[in-house]
Amino acid sequence: MEADAIKFLGAGLAAIGAGLAALGVGNVFAAFLQGALRNPSAAAGQQGNMFIGFAAAELLGLLAFVVAVLLIFVA
Amino acid sequence: MAQAGKIDPMHQFEVQTIFNIPLGDHVLPFTNSALWMIVAAVALFVFMIGGMKQQVVPGRWQMAVEGFTGFIDKLLAANIGHEGRKYLPYVFSLFMFILFANVVGLLPFGLVGLHPFTVTSHFTVTGVLAIASFSIVLVVGLFKHGLRFFSLFAPKGTPIPVLLLVAPIEFVSFMVRPFSLALRLFVAMTAGHILLKVLAGFIINSTATGAGIGVLVSVPSFALMVGVSALEMLVAGVQAYVFALLTSLYINDAVHLHDHH
Repeated sequence: MEADAIKFLGAGLAAIGAGLAALGVGNVFAAFLQGALRNPSAAAGQQGNMFIGFAAAELLGLLAFVVAVLLIFVA
Repeated sequence: MAQAGKIDPMHQFEVQTIFNIPLGDHVLPFTNSALWMIVAAVALFVFMIGGMKQQVVPGRWQMAVEGFTGFIDKLLAANIGHEGRKYLPYVFSLFMFILFANVVGLLPFGLVGLHPFTVTSHFTVTGVLAIASFSIVLVVGLFKHGLRFFSLFAPKGTPIPVLLLVAPIEFVSFMVRPFSLALRLFVAMTAGHILLKVLAGFIINSTATGAGIGVLVSVPSFALMVGVSALEMLVAGVQAYVFALLTSLYINDAVHLHDHH
């Protein structure tokens, strides 16, 4: 296989990481809503913690995107 | 370089020189990046001046400004405690500048031929902001606690054998903070803008091939673009909030070490 083809394959595979991060981010919000609906009075105080979880999960998806961009434009 | 037809979605991120400022033997290029940073700063300045009249009965504008200051004040109070007030000016400026730079980059100035440049889609800009946050954490931590600051890497009550494993991990996670902070903002903005331009490219390329395919492709693409634009407005706010939130958490680490929270 040509080197270029392998690069594009790698970039495509990196998209799996973005999809998995989507699962993670969805999980964060789902768990927050589950907890918030059970105890609405405690929900407001935990919003910051939810966003920390969101930021951590999202970062890994963004890293997958960086890998894809590096493969296409830099490598 | 990927073959992307005539429309290159990466073109929007090119830093172009608008004019050169002569500076002795050198020239200082004034770029579109600098221009849009100034636009964001001036817009922020005007926004703040308009709402800082301190009327007893606040008008709409003052309510908007006080909403933002109160929001960041509450964020700091929740994450740092009563000592958080000291860091309000920094975290507030950081949050508002990132928010304005993000939003200004999304505004449809292109309709009048003025192409907005998203300052925060560049690692150099977000990197400097992250280094500023990280330096404040280091300076505050070292001044407040001296060498005890390094106990940050050794959580209290950890057995020695576990500590050998935990301390390097804590150290790496501490050193990686400015990178993750800068990378998150820069990639989130870049990814959204590329997506918008790729969708816009679909519309132009499909209309060029004929009316039938043009309508078939451009109507769903345009609908998706409207949705993604709305999502990007959300992302612009959320990313500014996350940057401020993580900065306040890191400052909390420096102020309190592992003592509480």
